[in-house]
Parts: sequence; C-alpha cells; structure tokens
Amino acid sequence: MAILTPRADAPSDPEGIGPTVIVRRRNSGRDGGRRIGSHVLLLVLVIYFITPLWWLAVAATKDTSGLFSGTGGPLWFDRDFNLFSNIAALFEHQGGIYWRWLGNSFFYAITGGVGATILAVLAGYGFAKYRFRGRNAFFSLLLGAVMVPMTALVIPTFVLLSNIGLVNTIWAVILPSLLSPFGVYLMRVYTQDAIPDELLDAARVDGAGELRTFFQVALPLLRPAIVTVLLLSVVGTWNNFFLPLAVLSDPNLLPVTVGLNNWQALSNAGAGGEQVWNLIVTGAFVSVLPLIIAFLSLQKYWQGGLSLGALK
Amino acid sequence: MALTTAANAKKALSPPRRAPRRTGIDRMDRKRQRWGWLFVAPFGVVFLTFLVAPLAYAFWMSLQTNTLATGTTFTGLANYVKAFSDPIFLGGLGRVGQFALIMIPAQMIVALVAALVLDNLSTALSKFSRLMIFVPYAIPVVIGALMWGFLYSPRFGPATDIFGLIGLAAPDFLAKGSIFASLVNIVTWQWAGYYMIIIYAALRGIDPAIYEAARLDGANGRQIALRVKVPMISSSMVMVLIFSLIGTLQFFTEPQVLRAVAQGAIPVSYTPNMYAYSLAFSYSQFNYASAISFSLGIVVFIGSYLFLFVTRKQSGLK
Repeated sequence: MAILTPRADAPSDPEGIGPTVIVRRRNSGRDGGRRIGSHVLLLVLVIYFITPLWWLAVAATKDTSGLFSGTGGPLWFDRDFNLFSNIAALFEHQGGIYWRWLGNSFFYAITGGVGATILAVLAGYGFAKYRFRGRNAFFSLLLGAVMVPMTALVIPTFVLLSNIGLVNTIWAVILPSLLSPFGVYLMRVYTQDAIPDELLDAARVDGAGELRTFFQVALPLLRPAIVTVLLLSVVGTWNNFFLPLAVLSDPNLLPVTVGLNNWQALSNAGAGGEQVWNLIVTGAFVSVLPLIIAFLSLQKYWQGGLSLGALK
Repeated sequence: MALTTAANAKKALSPPRRAPRRTGIDRMDRKRQRWGWLFVAPFGVVFLTFLVAPLAYAFWMSLQTNTLATGTTFTGLANYVKAFSDPIFLGGLGRVGQFALIMIPAQMIVALVAALVLDNLSTALSKFSRLMIFVPYAIPVVIGALMWGFLYSPRFGPATDIFGLIGLAAPDFLAKGSIFASLVNIVTWQWAGYYMIIIYAALRGIDPAIYEAARLDGANGRQIALRVKVPMISSSMVMVLIFSLIGTLQFFTEPQVLRAVAQGAIPVSYTPNMYAYSLAFSYSQFNYASAISFSLGIVVFIGSYLFLFVTRKQSGLK
C-alpha cells in the first residue's frame, strides 16, 4: 500500500524527468528519517578517515616539545606555530637529505609509472587486437601472474640484481617497477570493448600501417584506461617500500618512505641526537601533499576508471 | 570407405584445422597478426626478466643449502621440508590467515556500507564524504603506518585525553594483546576507501529502472540494497576480495614499520614476508629465505585460485 501512494504522483511529473530522478525524489520523500541516519553514518565515517590526517597536519606545526606536551592536546594546535621552522629544519638536518628522498620518490614514481603504463598499453593492444601464435598461452600465464604476490619476488630479485651488480642503483627500483600484469589485463579488457575491429580495418583499408593505426586511431580512444593505469602504477611505485628497502642501502638513493622509516627507527632506538620526531612528522606531512592534491584535482579521471577491472 | 578414412586421417594430421585454402589475403592476415608479438614483446621482456627469472632463480636457490662447513650444496626439496615444518613460518602463515579472516571482512563491510549509503544520496555532504573516505588511499602505506604509530603511542597520541574525558585509562594499543586489532585498524583505514570507490562505481553502473521494478514488487530500501544491488555488483566484490586476500597474505609494511614503535609486541618473524626478509638480510640465509618466499608465493597463488574457483559464478570469470 505504502508503495502505491507515492506512485500516484509519478504521472504528474511536470517535465517527464527520467526514471533516475523520480526514484531519487521519491526516496527523499519517503525515507526522510533514513536520510538523516545515512548522513550521520557518513559523518562518522568521515571523522574516522580524516582524523589521522588532521592529526598529521596539526602535528606538523609543532616542535618536539609541543608534540609531547602541546597546550592544545594532540588534536589541536600548540601555542607556537612551528611549521615553517620545521620545514627549514628539514633543509638542514643531514644536509637536507629529506628533499633528496622526496625527489627520488618522484623520480621513481614517474619513471616506473610511465614505463609500466607504456608497456601495458602496448601489450594490452597486442593481446586484444591480434591473434598471434601463443597469445592465449601467454595471456593465461599473465593472468596467473596477477596472483603472484609481488613481495615474494623481492628477495629473488635482490639476489638476481646483485649478481649483475645493479643493487644499490636507481635501476634496482625502476626496472622491477615496470612489471604490471594487472595493468596489461586492464588495458586488454578495455581495448577489447572500446575499439571495434571494423574501425581498425577501415584505417588499414585507407592505407595506414599497423603502427599508424595504433597511434592515430586506437590510442586516442584508450585515454581513460591509460590515465587509470598510469595512476595505479604511479601510486604503486610511490608506495613501494619492501623493494627499495631490500635493494637500496645508499642513503642518497632512498625514496622518502624508506628514509622516514629509518629516521623513525633511529628515533625510537633513543639515541639522544637522533630523536627528530618533529622532522618525521613534518616530513610525512609534506610528502603526502602532492598525491592528495593530485587525487583531488584529477577526480574526474580516476573515479570511473578504478572500477575498470570489474567490467568483465 | 577406405578413401574417407584416409581423408579423415589426413585432415586430423594437418595442424591448423581452419582455412581450407590459403589465399593471398589469408597469408597477409597471418603476417599482420605477427604484429601482435611486437606490441606484446616489450612487456614480455620485462615479464621474463622480473617475474619468470626471479621465480625460476628463487626456485633454483631454494633447492640448495649454504653452510659454512660445506659451502653451497644441492639439497633438493630439503628447504621446503624444513619450511613446512618450521614453526616460525607456519606460525606466520597462521597469523596472516587470521588477519585475512578478520581484516578482509572488516574492510569489505566498511567499503560496502559506505558505497551503498553514498549510492542513495547525491548531496554535497555525500560527495565530500566520498572523497574524504578515499583520501587514505593517496597516503603511502609507510606514512599511514607511521602516523598510526604516533596516534597509538601513549606519548604522542590523543587516546589518553579522549579516554580521560570519560574517566577511563587509555588502552595500550601497542601491547602484545592489542597489536593485532591495531594492525587491522590501520589496514582498514588505508584500503576501505579504495574498495569503496570500486564498489561505488559498480553500483553507479546499474540501471536504476531495476530498483523501480523491485520497489513495485514491494521491496524496501534494505531489501533492494541486499537482494538487488549486492548480487548485481558481485563481480566487483570478488575482485576487491581477491585484491585484499593477496594483499593480506603478503602482509609486510605495516607490522615492519610498527615494530620500531611497539617494542616487543611484533617479533621479526611476525609474518612470512618479515621472516623471509630477516632471514635474508639479518642472517644472510638467502637459500632458505628463497624457499620461504617461494612457499608463500605458492600458498597465495593456490589460495587465490581456489577463491576464484569457488566464486566463479559470482565473478563471471571462466
């Protein structure tokens, strides 16, 4: 009965709005109480997810004594505002090595991410649009590889790289980062759906070679998937911890994740001069800003894209 | 009779079953298909060098044993026999198994509830919430773990103040008894938003006319959510589950980072990956470490394969 009542007003819908709108509007009419409940639930979730970041932002403005016993407590600002002096201290501590770490992280993420994306786009296109010998065998192998835990490869990779003298060089981080079976899988699935064979055949009939067909016809259509794969691989390399931890020991080559972790381990070990809590916190704060800003400003690119793999 | 059999036999012998005649176009087409290899080749090289080769090499190393007395000797599967009867490795496997049982449902529930709620709303607050819930994904795992380490710490964290408000003593999040829950919390915080976005995008892909139909049939909001929406996004859910299963079984970064803060609560061999790491880099037992890595890889591989097999109906994979 209750269902019939709101239905009566559907025909009187003035401009014949689509079904989506009608459903949503009805929702709002009937589930008024539920919507408040939903919003409260959302607020609770937001507080849970955002509190650690708020803490980080606040803590980055404190000096070491403020971190331990700030006047406003851990979740509010101290009397003194030390963000800029902390940042200045980051330039001085160990000769400003923090900024080098941050630069390394950028460099590894960009080279590894872009490289992995290029390989994935090419391979995805090859798998999706050509029926070459051995294609299915290789692709099943690749699907199996998606399920190989990448960390299980770290120690063998370390041993292999040390045999050819590449350990403790930038290549030890960049080259293994180029491997992205999941990226290839995504690109294949997307290419299959987004590019009709007829389009490619038409280009060929018009005399375009295989490469030209790929670059001028296929590539522009693949843009959404390319952005997604690029984002996933850049974030993956930026996040990587186990691999650089294992293959790098030269402090000048470390990415910011490993570097900050070393500072934290030293500070906890307790050696007086090594306690740099304020630098760890400020360093962590500065290092998360670029990616947060990137994600917030590139919303329209990643929001649909992250679900690509499930479009099966 | 004899003729037909001969013809059949000949047919069966000739390798490519298709193409009764080889025309010029056909040959050109086959030539063209070879371009596929060129497109796949660059990835193929990386695949061979950084996946197949390390795996093969790890396997080879794991078949050997290096001792001071005898040097490196071939010992067959001895390292695997050792690994699968090594209480430390088995303990680590059991622990990541427990993590999988608790952590995956925790992440899934948070992600699914958030996605279902967000799917019903289109207010400014809901858009804002969607972004905020997702933001931890942009934080490197190490930084997330460092941050929570500070928050858990009785010296830096707000727990003392918050529990003080209601007159309670704050629990020690970094003690032996609570470190498990503390780690579950970090991982849930870090990943639930990412999974939420995947599930949310899948929900947005459903035609709302279906809800209309369900509503006409008398379904209420909750029934629509559980009986209509969830089954329709099952392939995304399976994907999310596989991601989190693989991630959980290779648990490394969070406990490794928290180890320094939670002195004593996290041993060096807390998870199989941490065990392999310390075997390799603290004790230089690369052969045994390779066996551990390889065993973990096999366990993860079989585990996720089994999972995909069990859920093949939901995921739509063949």
